[in-house]
Amino acid sequence: MNYKMMGRFIGHILLVEAVFMVVPLIISLFHDEDIVCIGFAASLCVILAVALLLLVLCRGSKRSFKAREGLVCVGVSWIVMSLLGCLPFYISREIPSYLDALFETVSGFTTTGASILSEVEELSMSILYWRSFTHWLGGMGVLVFVLAVGAFGERSKGFTVHLLRAESPGPQVGKLVPKMKKTAEILYLIYIVLTIVNIAFLLLGGMPLFDAVCTAFGTAGTGGFGIKNDSIAGYSPYIQNVCTVFMLLFGVNFSCYYLLLLRQFYSVLKDEELRLYLGVVIGSIVLITLDVRGFYGTLGETVRHAAFQVASIVTTTGFATTDFDLWPDFSKAVILGLMVIGACAGSTGGGFKCARILIVVRGLRRNLRRAISPQKVQVVRINNHMIDEKVLENANAYLAAYVLILFFSFILVSVDQFSITTNFTAVLSCFNNIGPGLEAVGPTCNYGDFSWLSKLVLIVDMLAGRLEIFPILILFSRSTWGVFSRKSG
Amino acid sequence: MKIIIAGDGKVGAILTRQLSAEGYDLTLIDANLKVLESTEERYDIMAVQGNCASMEVLEQAGIREADLLIAVTNADEVNLLCCMTAHGMNPDIHTIARIRNPEYTEQIYKMQNLFALSMMINPERQAALEIERLLKYPGFLKRDTFAKGRVEIVELRVEAGHKLCNIALNDLYNIVKCKILVCTVIRNGKAVAPGGNFVLMEGDRIFVTAPANVLTMLLKNLGIITHKVKRVILCGGGRVSYYLAQSLIKNGIGVQIVEQDYDRCIQLANALPQASVIHGDASREFLLDNEGISDCDALVTLTGVDEMNIIISLYGSSCKVPQIITKLGRLENNTILDTLPIGSIISPKELSCNHIVRYVRAMENQTGAALTIHTIADGQAEAVEFMVDKDTLHCGEPLKKLKLKKNVLIVCIMHGMKLDIPNGDSCFEYGDTVIVVTGAGRVVYQLNDIFE
Repeated sequence: MNYKMMGRFIGHILLVEAVFMVVPLIISLFHDEDIVCIGFAASLCVILAVALLLLVLCRGSKRSFKAREGLVCVGVSWIVMSLLGCLPFYISREIPSYLDALFETVSGFTTTGASILSEVEELSMSILYWRSFTHWLGGMGVLVFVLAVGAFGERSKGFTVHLLRAESPGPQVGKLVPKMKKTAEILYLIYIVLTIVNIAFLLLGGMPLFDAVCTAFGTAGTGGFGIKNDSIAGYSPYIQNVCTVFMLLFGVNFSCYYLLLLRQFYSVLKDEELRLYLGVVIGSIVLITLDVRGFYGTLGETVRHAAFQVASIVTTTGFATTDFDLWPDFSKAVILGLMVIGACAGSTGGGFKCARILIVVRGLRRNLRRAISPQKVQVVRINNHMIDEKVLENANAYLAAYVLILFFSFILVSVDQFSITTNFTAVLSCFNNIGPGLEAVGPTCNYGDFSWLSKLVLIVDMLAGRLEIFPILILFSRSTWGVFSRKSG
Repeated sequence: MKIIIAGDGKVGAILTRQLSAEGYDLTLIDANLKVLESTEERYDIMAVQGNCASMEVLEQAGIREADLLIAVTNADEVNLLCCMTAHGMNPDIHTIARIRNPEYTEQIYKMQNLFALSMMINPERQAALEIERLLKYPGFLKRDTFAKGRVEIVELRVEAGHKLCNIALNDLYNIVKCKILVCTVIRNGKAVAPGGNFVLMEGDRIFVTAPANVLTMLLKNLGIITHKVKRVILCGGGRVSYYLAQSLIKNGIGVQIVEQDYDRCIQLANALPQASVIHGDASREFLLDNEGISDCDALVTLTGVDEMNIIISLYGSSCKVPQIITKLGRLENNTILDTLPIGSIISPKELSCNHIVRYVRAMENQTGAALTIHTIADGQAEAVEFMVDKDTLHCGEPLKKLKLKKNVLIVCIMHGMKLDIPNGDSCFEYGDTVIVVTGAGRVVYQLNDIFE
């Protein structure tokens, strides 16, 4: 393990975090929020100190990185980032418990949007900004940002692709262009442009600037922290529709946008993952609209609410315009299904990912056929390309890990005396980075009543869900640290 | 005419045999000295040893005076480089390259000028086309088309107890009830030009000239039951298989490919998602039984080993597969093959040689040149299509008055859209197209060559 290199990475990430913390500090100064201002200033100092210490200690590291080190590095850096990122909440006493503050921050960085707060509107503006901004930063990934800024820029060798793989969601992550820095730049550029367009559309709908920025951050990262107690429900239908569209847009694989920029419209149209994603979205909207007819005044309103909730859940954002916990059971079942499916690979959304579902289902079909005629050679193809056996294997392993983690988390969370539905949807929702679940964790409720153990489990689930399990799972692997003790000892 | 052949492999050898027999000045380039020496002993040619894509070697072979370069080494890239280099040294030269890799097909088609190619040949693709044509009319062993597909010379085998058995050619019309002409018969491995009293016997292979629109009737009246091919088993997953499967699938025909190499199986399964690719040894009867050989419509054996192909085809014939096509790399021991029930025989290399020879002859005679040339009767006869132009002799004279050379037969005359299987009173006019069948060893460059 190249610990010095890891230290440097984490140092850089913390620097980025510190830089971004300047904005809420200014907001708090501007609004004379004294305690919060001190909170941000103190956190900033701590983060800077840790970052500089790491950078100084880890000077002259070897510049080589293996796949496993990439995974470990991503896992550790996200944990450190969250541990320090929650300081403003804690120091400013806006969230008095450190664990709660950590839960809120992890929920932010992992773009989950699950909150322990019952009264969001009581928070000060700078804290609200920081809370929403964690979504935006976590959505595309901090490491990708560090790569885009070029901290390891021109001198970096091939190793940085391991970091991209570990942090970007999806079964097959590749570069868009030969240079890693350029790839990260393109991804962030698309991300920033889409966010700005989103803000502009929200402003057109008469939303205040602060609300628009925070909502756009929540949408872009597919996070779901609202700045109002009733999430988006209080805004106009226009704003709700803008949110629906942009949530869906941020759930699309970003390489599709890159292809659009390259004017390869045909290959975007033919993309099987995109087709599955849109098919699932449209199908669910139709089913739910049929199921909840009569709940709302007009058909238009029904479709609007159905579309918003479907978009919010399938992209794993977690905004709400209505309480879907009150819907009929069939609609709730569809919502649960959407939670698992999730967005496209390579987007900011979470979940199991449409691409992986395609791979797993086609792999299953292939294996069934193989059972019928064993000698027949069959390959799994997606978008007219053969899927490598290794990718298939990984997707299946992912499925196994996914189910196991879901199951054990469910058992652990069940220690608190909530209903099965609450426990299960809480785990499902956190693990898939959505936010709201059903019953006691429904869209109008929060996670504040869970015990510390459950919160800890859910924190790990959120991280595992955002980083696609393996970077977090590998931290628990004995061999990861076993190598360390033998080498240093 | 001076011709340089680069690459003395199997195609190179057939070309050398054919072209040196027709009297061209041949220079052969190959890297292998031993092969060159043995070729030099057999034919009157010049041999140059070396890399055919290098300027120095091409210079040595006399590229500046040559009229045609045929690049048929086993590497596509070398063939291309050879043609480009040659064209750079002698801009007037004609070039023919053999390109087999399917991945190159499109770019070479589009960039023919850039690669300085006069013609590209792809033996495997041609073989696949040929096989596909045969599969359309199960029952014929071989089909050669003329006049843009309107006339064909088809090969049939006279089986024991067949309607044609012991029938004199004069009585043929009573059985087939359509106008056809038997132009050549192979009996005991020898081609015979039959007269009206010739009686067909069991084991004969006959070559019949017939308009394309009577082929179905011909088969029906001969009692050969045919139904549309719906499922084909291909043994061996080489390039021919790939091309063939591709076009069969396009026509909605089910394809099963049996291939021994697992990696190639994966490649095929990826490239042909609709085909069913089976990993296994096609020579194992058990495997073929499992894949349903007994009720498939056709079996095509395309492995790289001739012996294997023959054995698989024999097994297929014992399973009563209606149509069998066997690919063979070498055709020398054809007399034995005649006695075996292995269906049609396809030789990709021979096909591409025919193609090249036609090109060479067309170059030699800019006017009055052959429109189409097909070798029939295992190379013992040739069917050539000509256009009657203003220099052609004997226009408008009945055929019975003409003195044709020995072993030459006019088998078809086309007056515009009207098609005539000729008898003694027929005649050809300016603008007509005629098909001539000539016996072994006689080369007909122009139509006037057939007259005494």
